[in-house]
Amino acid sequence: MSTLKTLNGNQTIAEAVRQIDPDVLAAYPITPSTAIVETIAKFKADGLITGEFVCPESEHSAMSVCIGSASAGGRVMTATASQGLALMWEMLYIAAGLRLPIIAAIVNRSLSAPINIHGDHSDTMGARDAGWIQIYSENCQEAYDNFIQAFRIAEHLDVRTPTLVGLDGFIISHSMEVIQVEDDQIVKEFVGEYQPVYPLLDTSRKFTVGPIDFTDYYFEHKRNQIEGIENAPPVIEQVGKEFGEKFGRAYGFFEEYRMDDAETCIVVMSSAAGTCKDAIDELREEGKRIGLLKPRVFRPFPDKKIAEALKNMNAVAVLDRCSSPGAFGAPLFTEIRNALYDYDQRPKVVNYVYGLGGRDIRVEHFKEVAEELDKIAGTGKVEKIYSYVNLRE
Amino acid sequence: MKKEDRLESKNPMEGFLRMDRIPHIWCPGCGIGTVVTSFTEALKKSKLDLDKVAVVSGIGCTGRVAGYVKLDSFHTTHGRAVPFATGLKLANPDLKVVVFSGDGDIFGIGGNHFIHAARRNMDILIICVNNFNYAMTGGQVAATTPMEANASTAPYGNFEFAFSLPYLAEAAGATYVARWTSLHLRRVTKSIQEALAKPGFSLIEVITPCVTLYARRNRLGDGLNLLKYYYDKSVIEHGADTRTLDISYQGKLVVGKFVDKEKPTFLDRMNEHMTKILGDKYVKYGE
Ligand SMILES: Cc1ncc(C[n+]2csc(CCOP(=O)(O)OP(=O)(O)O)c2C)c(N)n1
Ligand code: SF4
Ligand SMILES: [Mg+2]
Repeated sequence: MSTLKTLNGNQTIAEAVRQIDPDVLAAYPITPSTAIVETIAKFKADGLITGEFVCPESEHSAMSVCIGSASAGGRVMTATASQGLALMWEMLYIAAGLRLPIIAAIVNRSLSAPINIHGDHSDTMGARDAGWIQIYSENCQEAYDNFIQAFRIAEHLDVRTPTLVGLDGFIISHSMEVIQVEDDQIVKEFVGEYQPVYPLLDTSRKFTVGPIDFTDYYFEHKRNQIEGIENAPPVIEQVGKEFGEKFGRAYGFFEEYRMDDAETCIVVMSSAAGTCKDAIDELREEGKRIGLLKPRVFRPFPDKKIAEALKNMNAVAVLDRCSSPGAFGAPLFTEIRNALYDYDQRPKVVNYVYGLGGRDIRVEHFKEVAEELDKIAGTGKVEKIYSYVNLRE
Repeated sequence: MKKEDRLESKNPMEGFLRMDRIPHIWCPGCGIGTVVTSFTEALKKSKLDLDKVAVVSGIGCTGRVAGYVKLDSFHTTHGRAVPFATGLKLANPDLKVVVFSGDGDIFGIGGNHFIHAARRNMDILIICVNNFNYAMTGGQVAATTPMEANASTAPYGNFEFAFSLPYLAEAAGATYVARWTSLHLRRVTKSIQEALAKPGFSLIEVITPCVTLYARRNRLGDGLNLLKYYYDKSVIEHGADTRTLDISYQGKLVVGKFVDKEKPTFLDRMNEHMTKILGDKYVKYGE
């Protein structure tokens, strides 16, 4: 039966894991994702899940265990954050290159140095070229919903690409929220049985995984991998739609909030989008025609769809919770600006970096951004393409 | 000393600690502070030039030591204290390099580095606070958790075999290996003093109460109860065969100095070998 439960972000992920019951779970503790693993350990100890639960000696080993189990034909997952994801880096590419549909819950946290345990997107953004599908969540409910959908997307025969679901460290992982937990059986049915394509455990077909691939075929195999993630958009769309039909909460590539007659727009992902909605409501009351676009899927990047949604704006501010030192703007901004390039009519687009190391972003900060957008829309001039929100100068 | 003077008097460790960082984060009853006291005491007694002593920690409750000592110190990433220390020592062989970190850091995620630094006989001293779990992150099962003990990721008991740190260290090539509990304050101090004076790779394991996580989760009482356990169950056996030093849950704790031998260090070997190959053309490094 579908029930309302009061859970924090980590518990919602664990709850989804209990319902899906993957074959192997391997993870190493790290703040703020540890509670996912601890809750799973408890489920395992209480006999609520049948999957193997392994505590390897590092995240690099955890992802290696996942790769081994997935190659054998298992449905596998891990959870980590920050330095943990960074330590997995080598293996992230292996998982994607071998087309293993591993699922990872990533509790977004800043990267050292200096050491900091709070939320930003540096970890997953650093892995943006690793070949994984990336889906971000605004709140606990979305984290739960996204995590369930991730299995369907990753395991789809046309896709077979590892997928990570991001939820903001502490802001989501440690905040209690009342969420709709769907019926165990219906979730299981929605996710379905996993049918591995080339399981090593199928001893009737002998083959090797990961052999050397030089100038002769490496390129073609990489191309083949890229096709997997390029095949994902219709699957993501279909799964999001079906999820809506089953559970009443449909998902697309992004959410548009009060965008109908908007002239300016703020683009921001994850938990900050919730705060931004409040800011938009207040600005609307003041008569400002402003809206929010909240990307949900960052990889594969829905370039056309986002460009279509933004092309008629006068000015757009893209907020990144991560920096890309030395680059022409942070990741979300460069993708969006790039996507708009081919349009004759396109908005001015500026970039703000916010919230590094968990620095707060509040309604008033979004209002400052909106004010700047007003100015740009009014004058048609951009003074600074790239700046910061709530930062001491 | 009059009462007023006592209140006025400075903490005896003041010269060794960054007092602006105090109070520290450790829980009441935690044993890490005791080990730091032993360390500062050993430094005092060893009369080393403090400008030539560096402390390297990984991440964890114990890892915080690097931030509290008033020495050149580095708070590295989780597991990498040993290779960082290797780099530090090689770039400045005049330094006395001490790695001060937790069991999870040095023997879990960083275990590979430990065995290789021991194999090379890098001239560094490792002080490992073994509290039988990954404390900082909330008490998860570690490579040192005794069989049957509970941990947050082993709620009904750990079923894996644990490392015996002295055995591992000796097998990998360490030239000084000792184990104590934090109750053995003076012995820990003496061991640290000895190891500081000795070139080569040294490990001092100090079994230490983690009251908040390990003790509480296993219903072992508070810090005092754990010290009582150490008192009741520890036996000093200097020179004991390191193959016999496994720790069972709340079982006997064999402590003492197990290894103290001479062997050329990494730099000794490098200089000797390169001189053999290049003869006069080779300028010895670090001498
Ligand atoms: C790559 C990486 N993975 C995980 C962590 C999270 N983490 C921080 S401290 C710690 C455990 C520390 O345990 P230990 O070394 O035994 O020190 P203690 O806290 O017990 O003193 C972990 C897992 C991290 N900082 N970096
Ligand atoms: S959690 Fe355990 S190891 Fe960490 S400070 Fe507290 S008692 Fe000490
Ligand atoms: Mg520990």
